[in-house]
Amino acid sequence: MPCSRGELQNGCSEGRPPWAHDVIRARRLRLQIFRAVVLILLGAFFLVPIGAMFEFSTRGNTMDAPRTLSYWASIFTFPDLVQAIIASLELATITALAMLLLLVPTMIWIRLRLPRLRRVMEFICLLPLTIPAIVLVVGLLPIYLWVSFYGDSIYPGAGDSILTLAFAYVILVLPYTYRTLDAGLSAIDVKTLSEAARSLGAGWPTVILRVIVPNMPGAILNSCLLSVALVLGEYTVANLFNFENLQVALVTLSRLNAGVSIAVAVAGLMFTFGLLVALSFVGRARTQTKLPPPKAIAAIPQVSASSGPVWGQRT
Amino acid sequence: MTAATGNPVANTASRRLGGGRRISLDWLGAVPFFGYVGLFLILPTGIVVVGAFFSKEGPTLANISDLTQPFIITSLINSLLLSTITAIAGAFFGALMAYALATGNPNGALRRIVSAACGVLAQFGGVILAFAFIATIGLGGFVYVFLLNQGIDIYPNGVWLYTLPGLMLVYMYFQIPLMVLVFLPALDGIRPQWREATESLGGSTWHYWRYVAGPLLTPAFLGATLLLFANAFSAYATVAALVNQGGIVVPIQIANALQSETGAHDPGFAKALALVMVVVVAIVMTLYAVLSRRTAKWLQ
Repeated sequence: MPCSRGELQNGCSEGRPPWAHDVIRARRLRLQIFRAVVLILLGAFFLVPIGAMFEFSTRGNTMDAPRTLSYWASIFTFPDLVQAIIASLELATITALAMLLLLVPTMIWIRLRLPRLRRVMEFICLLPLTIPAIVLVVGLLPIYLWVSFYGDSIYPGAGDSILTLAFAYVILVLPYTYRTLDAGLSAIDVKTLSEAARSLGAGWPTVILRVIVPNMPGAILNSCLLSVALVLGEYTVANLFNFENLQVALVTLSRLNAGVSIAVAVAGLMFTFGLLVALSFVGRARTQTKLPPPKAIAAIPQVSASSGPVWGQRT
Repeated sequence: MTAATGNPVANTASRRLGGGRRISLDWLGAVPFFGYVGLFLILPTGIVVVGAFFSKEGPTLANISDLTQPFIITSLINSLLLSTITAIAGAFFGALMAYALATGNPNGALRRIVSAACGVLAQFGGVILAFAFIATIGLGGFVYVFLLNQGIDIYPNGVWLYTLPGLMLVYMYFQIPLMVLVFLPALDGIRPQWREATESLGGSTWHYWRYVAGPLLTPAFLGATLLLFANAFSAYATVAALVNQGGIVVPIQIANALQSETGAHDPGFAKALALVMVVVVAIVMTLYAVLSRRTAKWLQ
């Protein structure tokens, strides 16, 4: 009988002398009780508020009224809310695309030609974790005055569009997307791929777009999903710049119609949750495609990124 | 003299490596990225740091000395209390939950779902978490009404949901998930062989945790606690959605100083407050970096 992870950590009875069995069984039982208690108690702490939100969003007008989905049905009758949802979706798309455009070519270029800058780039990309969003807002205010000024001179109205928030959002998603893309690039042999393509006469755009990018679909999708989830949940920057994105509209709406705002909140939570579950499958798919040909490297233990540095060694 | 004669040699050598006489233009490829982060990340940070010492009239220390006003000190203490308590409690419960997950099937549905849920709550919740608690223990909330019908009033001395203790409860809702996300990889690094080695040397469960797993996990645990502290200290959305008035914590004070309608519009003072936040978070994150480097040594 193969041992599960928990059994390995806390004693697996396979291949042991009989006297050890009772001790190990007792320990395994204790562990299972501990796991059940922790997961049930903390699970309740996390599930009850979400359940309460759902309960709140299905209430009738009075406490005794029957359950109704009228709050959910009326979500799309609030034009400000609909506009904010559309704006947030547009922002999510623009941010994800701009992030890819900015990061992927630079990361590949730095790996190939400017390896000395790699640590610098990593440091800068992780910097937004250290600078609270509210601090960034304080510093960005004067810069957004320029953005507004030059934006309007390029295209009337462009400078005051909510979509200018994407400039700040690209910065906010950097730490998360950099790590994902860096892991994706580390998993492929960028140097060999690009040298092979270059020696066959490919230009740099071809190398990046048609050779390297198709080799890291998991990391690209992963970073896009993270950006989308982050932008859809963003409140601080939009609120302080007086733009109505989804979260700002939710807060405004909660003062007028709490039921609808909580219905949208539940929907948003579920949507983001769905994205992240999808993301966990992307991670698995990537490691599966990464498996080397069986004969050549069969003797080397597998160490994959998503299954952890150690546990991959068990076959 | 030696330096002067040495230089031309070094120059020609490096030029030859760079490919003939052509001056390398490789750095041009990095310009878009560094230009962008320079404009939207480095420059704003610089504006905050320098602007804290300027007013409309010129250089001044007034913004900094304004920080000692009693209501600012109060919100700074509130911020530190909120962050410290939720970091420690969040780290404790998060570590328990991470251990419960780490001892299960690493590819199982439970772990996959809980990890995704932790990601949602830790990083993308903000406003929604405030709503969740209003719907739960707000005055019309499900749990509050239910307990009231059972004869239990959780607000005997007034509603505490919108004060500091309430904020602590709500913050736990994103602190615990963040701890799970950060601490799980460290627990995954614990090898079952270490436990077996302890046992074959005659060690008990207590010995294993005291002398093997404990010391190995301590840097990771402390580092994660620091990260939780920084996370709570920086949070703005949840508290802004929960507490309408006043300046209960530093981020709200910054927002008040930025927005003109409160009558306290003072960009220089906002920058001084922001500088305080940067300094606190930078100290915490530096310690975190040191600790996570120690953790990385044996995780690999």
